[in-house]
Amino acid sequence: MKLFNQKTLEPSGVDTTDNASTEPDKEQPWQELGLKQDEYEEIKNILGRRPTSSELAMYSVMWSEHCSYKSSKIYLRQFGEKVTDEMKKYLMVGMGENAGVVDIGEGLAVTFKVESHNHPSYIEPFQGAATGVGGIVRDILSMGARPIAVMDQLRFGAPNHPDTARVVHGVVDGISFYGNCLGLPNIGGETVFDSVYQGNPLVNALSIGSMKHEDLKLAKASNPGDLVILFGARTGADGIGGVSVLASETFESTGPTKRPAVQVGDPFAEKVLIECCLELFHSGVVAGIQDLGGAGISCATSELASNGGKGMRVQLKNVLLRDESLTPEEILMSESQERMCAVVPKKRLKEFERIVNKWEVEYSVLGDVIDEDRLYINWGHEEIVNVPPRTVAHDGPVYERPVAYPAYQNELNENSSAKLPRAKNASELATQLMQLIATPNQADKSWITAQYDKYVGGNTALSMPDDSGMIRVSEESGLGVALATDANGKYAYLNPYEGARLALAEAYRNVAVTGAVPRAVTNCLNFGSPENPEVMWQFKEATAGLADACLELGIPVTGGNVSFYNQSGDVAIYPTPVVGVLGVIDDVARRIPSGWQDDGNNIYLLGTTFDELDGSAWAKDIHDHLGGQPPKLDLAKEKLLADLLHGASIQGLIESAHDLSEGGLGIAVLEASLRFNVGARIWLGDVLDRDGIDQTSALFSESQTRVLVSVGREDDVKFQALCDARGVPCLRIGVTDATSGLVEIKDIADLKLEDIRHSWSGVMSGLFG
Amino acid sequence: MKIGVITYPGTLDDRDAQRAIRLAGGTPVPLWHDDDDLKKVDAVVLPGGFSYGDYLRCGAIAAKAPATKEVIRLAAKGLPVLGICNGFQVLVESHLLPGGLIRNEKQHFICRDQKLRVENNETAWTSLFEKDQEILIPLKNGEGGYIATDDTLKMLEQENRIAFRYVETNPNGSMNDIAGITNERGNVVGLMPHPEHAVEAGFGPDTPTAMRSGIDGLLFFESVLKMVVNS
Repeated sequence: MKLFNQKTLEPSGVDTTDNASTEPDKEQPWQELGLKQDEYEEIKNILGRRPTSSELAMYSVMWSEHCSYKSSKIYLRQFGEKVTDEMKKYLMVGMGENAGVVDIGEGLAVTFKVESHNHPSYIEPFQGAATGVGGIVRDILSMGARPIAVMDQLRFGAPNHPDTARVVHGVVDGISFYGNCLGLPNIGGETVFDSVYQGNPLVNALSIGSMKHEDLKLAKASNPGDLVILFGARTGADGIGGVSVLASETFESTGPTKRPAVQVGDPFAEKVLIECCLELFHSGVVAGIQDLGGAGISCATSELASNGGKGMRVQLKNVLLRDESLTPEEILMSESQERMCAVVPKKRLKEFERIVNKWEVEYSVLGDVIDEDRLYINWGHEEIVNVPPRTVAHDGPVYERPVAYPAYQNELNENSSAKLPRAKNASELATQLMQLIATPNQADKSWITAQYDKYVGGNTALSMPDDSGMIRVSEESGLGVALATDANGKYAYLNPYEGARLALAEAYRNVAVTGAVPRAVTNCLNFGSPENPEVMWQFKEATAGLADACLELGIPVTGGNVSFYNQSGDVAIYPTPVVGVLGVIDDVARRIPSGWQDDGNNIYLLGTTFDELDGSAWAKDIHDHLGGQPPKLDLAKEKLLADLLHGASIQGLIESAHDLSEGGLGIAVLEASLRFNVGARIWLGDVLDRDGIDQTSALFSESQTRVLVSVGREDDVKFQALCDARGVPCLRIGVTDATSGLVEIKDIADLKLEDIRHSWSGVMSGLFG
Repeated sequence: MKIGVITYPGTLDDRDAQRAIRLAGGTPVPLWHDDDDLKKVDAVVLPGGFSYGDYLRCGAIAAKAPATKEVIRLAAKGLPVLGICNGFQVLVESHLLPGGLIRNEKQHFICRDQKLRVENNETAWTSLFEKDQEILIPLKNGEGGYIATDDTLKMLEQENRIAFRYVETNPNGSMNDIAGITNERGNVVGLMPHPEHAVEAGFGPDTPTAMRSGIDGLLFFESVLKMVVNS
C-alpha cells in the first residue's frame, strides 16, 4: 500500500522508534501520565528500549484503571468461574467483549450492558451524561445489534444542596438530548438522592440491542490484508484532558494547550452512524468492528489486532482531523465521540464506500491487517509505534491491592435500628407514610422521565413507573425482553457482600413481576478509591456476593463495568453495585403492570415480613439513622417466587404485581394505587398475627422476596392453590376499589388518593422547577 | 394504496409511521430525502425526529431536500401530506403551512399522553373523526410551541384551519392551544403530537380501559386511505 512508502524526508520532530533507540535516556513524563515506576519499567522490558512518546501515550491510557481493570480483574474473574454449563446455555458472548450477547430464542439475540460516566457528569453534567449514553449505545452497536432502548441509573447529592440542581438539570437534559435524538426509547432506571453522592454523582447508562444470531459481530482483525478503516466523526481534541500531561510542555506542543476534559457529543452524527453501520453489517462488508470510546484509536487498533491474534500497520496521518494542529500522541488518545473502526476485506472497499457515502459519513483507510504480532503506527514516513498489540490491549498490569476490614464497620453494624422509637398510634403511622411518599427518593420521578421519549420505535411494552422496562423484539411473535436495574447503596454500605446479593435479588424480582423469566445479568460497580484498603474490601465482598448470588439463581453475568475513585477527599461513596437483570417473555402481550386497574380484585401479599428496619427508608428518612444489617435474603425462596409469578402469568391469573422494596408494604400499596388511580382497602391484622410483627414493621419493613399482587375474583381459588402448591406464603390483605378515591388502611388511616398524588407528584418539580 | 414515508438523516419515527400505515391497511413506501422520485405514492408522511440534527432551525434543512421539493410541488396539486412533529416543522419551514414552532414554554423536552380536540374533520387526514371528538395521542417534543402573527391566527381561526387543539393542558405554550393546522385545501396537515404512536393496542397511551391500549392515531391513516380510495 502506498501509505507506507518509505521516502527520505526531513524528520518532523516527532519522537520515533529510531529516536527511542538513539536517545535511550530521554526523560519521559510517565508519572504525569499516571503510570507507576514498575509499570514504566515493564514497558521498557516489553519493548527492549524506552517507549516513544506515542507508545507511552498508548500504554498509559490502556493500562489505566479505566481500560485495564488492573485493580478489579482478579475479582471479576469469578463471574466467569462461578458458572455452570446450564447457566452458559443462552450465553452467546460472555465477558470481555464490548457487551455480552444472550440468545432469546426464535433465532434472535440481545446484547446489553451498563456503564458509568460518573466523573465527566460531575464536571460537565450535560455533555458527561450525553456522551455516557452515546458510548454505551456504540458498545451495543459494535456487537452487530440494532440498539433498541436505553435506561439510566442516577445518584445525586442531597436534593436541597445548592449544587445538586446544576447536576440534576445537566444530567437529565444531557440524557434527554442524546437519547431522544438517537430515537431510542428510555424505558426505565433509577434516581436516588443521598448526600454521600454530593461530590460524586453516579451517572450509569444502560443500552440494549437486538439482532439475529447470524448478525453477531466481533471486535477482531483476523485476516491479513484486510483494511482498517476509521469512520464517523472527525478526530478532535476533546476528551484528552484525563491525561493532562499531553497538553503540557513535555510533549512537542505546537497546538492548542487547554483541552476540554470531557467529550462533546453530537447525537445526530451518532444516529446517522448507527444506520450506516447497520447497513454495512447487513451487506456483509465488515469483518470486524470496534467502537471508539475510552482511549480512542489506541484502544481500537490494539484491541482489534490483539483479539484477532494478528498485527496491524497504521498511517496516523490518514486520520481525518477537526483540528490540524493535533500531535500524534493526542490523536492516539483523543476520545472524540461518534467514531467507529471497521476491518474490511480489500475487495469489499467499493461497497463500503458506497454505503458510507449514502449516509454522508466521512471515512479514511488507516492501514491494514498483517500476519505478524506487531502494531506499527507511522506518522508520515516516520515510525512512532512498534509494539506487540497484546501487551497494550490485554496484558496490562494486574494488582492484588491490599484489603482491610473497615475500622468503622463493627460499630456501624452494631448500631441497629432497634432503638428507634416506633410510631405510637395510628395517626403517627399515617403521618410517617405520607412523609415517606413525599421524600425525593420515593416521590414521583415523572419530572425526569417525561423528558425522555418512551414511545419511539413502537415496541415499548412497559416503561417507568412500572417495575421493569419491557421491549418487544419480534413483531411477528411478540417475543420480548424485560430489563430492570437496582442498587441500594445503604445496604451495601452496611454489608457489601449482602448488598450486592440484594441488588441482584431486587432486579431479578422486578423482572419476574412483569411475567418475564430472568436470564442474564450485567453490572456497573461504583466504588471509591481502590488504593484505600477499606474500599477494596468492600469491592472484594461485593463481587463475591454478586458472583455467589448469580450462581445460586442460575443466571450468568454477561459483562459490565467498574468505576473506581468515586470519592471526594477521604470520603468514598457508599459502595454502589448497580445490577441489571435481563428477562425474556415469549409474548409481551402477557406483561403485568405494577398497579391495579380493576375494581374489586383481591390484593395478596406474597412472602413473609420480618422486623427488618435497618437500612430502611423509614430509618433514614424518618429518623435519619443508618446502621445495623440489611434485610436477610434467601435466594432459594426468591427463585420460587419468580417461578410462581411466571406460572401465574402464563395462566393469566394476575392483574398486577409490584415488588416490595424501599419503604416496604406501605409505599408499595400507595404506588400500586397511584399507577392507575385506583384505590384499595387494606387490612394488616393477618400479617401482624402470622408474622408476629408490629404495625411499623408491617408498613415499613424492607424484608425481601415479597410482592404485592392483585387477582380477579374468578381466579382466586386457582391462584391460592398455585401458591400453596409452590409453598409461597400468600395472604389476602385487601381489595381494590375503583370508586372510593381512597386508600383505606384499616385501623391506621383513610388516605385520599388525590392527597397522596399531590404530595407525591409535586416533589421533583418543587425542587428543580 | 401506497403511502410514502420520507427518511431524512436524523429521522426517528419513520419505521413507526410505516407500521401505522400497514396497520391501517395501506402499503408503506420508504422514500429517501436525497431522491426526488416519490414513487407514485398516493400520500406522503413526513415523520418525526431530528432531521439534520435540528441544525440551523428544526426542519429548516429538510425543507430544502430534493424529496421535500417534490412534496411541495405535488401538494399544490392536492397530494395528501401529513407532517408529524419534526415533519410539521418541515412543513412550516417549507411554507406549506403558516406560522412557526419554538422551544417549549418550560424549556424542557416533554413526552406525555396528550388529549386533543379535533376541530376540523374535513381534511384528508381527519375525515373519520367526529367534529369536536376528544382523542388521546402521545406528544413528545422540545420545540413544539406554535406561534404565528395575529393576522395569521385570525385567518386560521376564521377559515377553520385549526385541525387540533390541546385540551386540559397546553404542554408547550402554543398560541390558541394549537396542536395542528391544515392548509386551505385540507390536503396538508401538520401537528406536533404523534398519531403513529397510538395505532396498536399494547403500545399506545394508557386509557381508562387498559394499559397502553390507546389507538386513536389509527384514524389519521384510515382517513387518508378512505379518501384515496374514494377519489
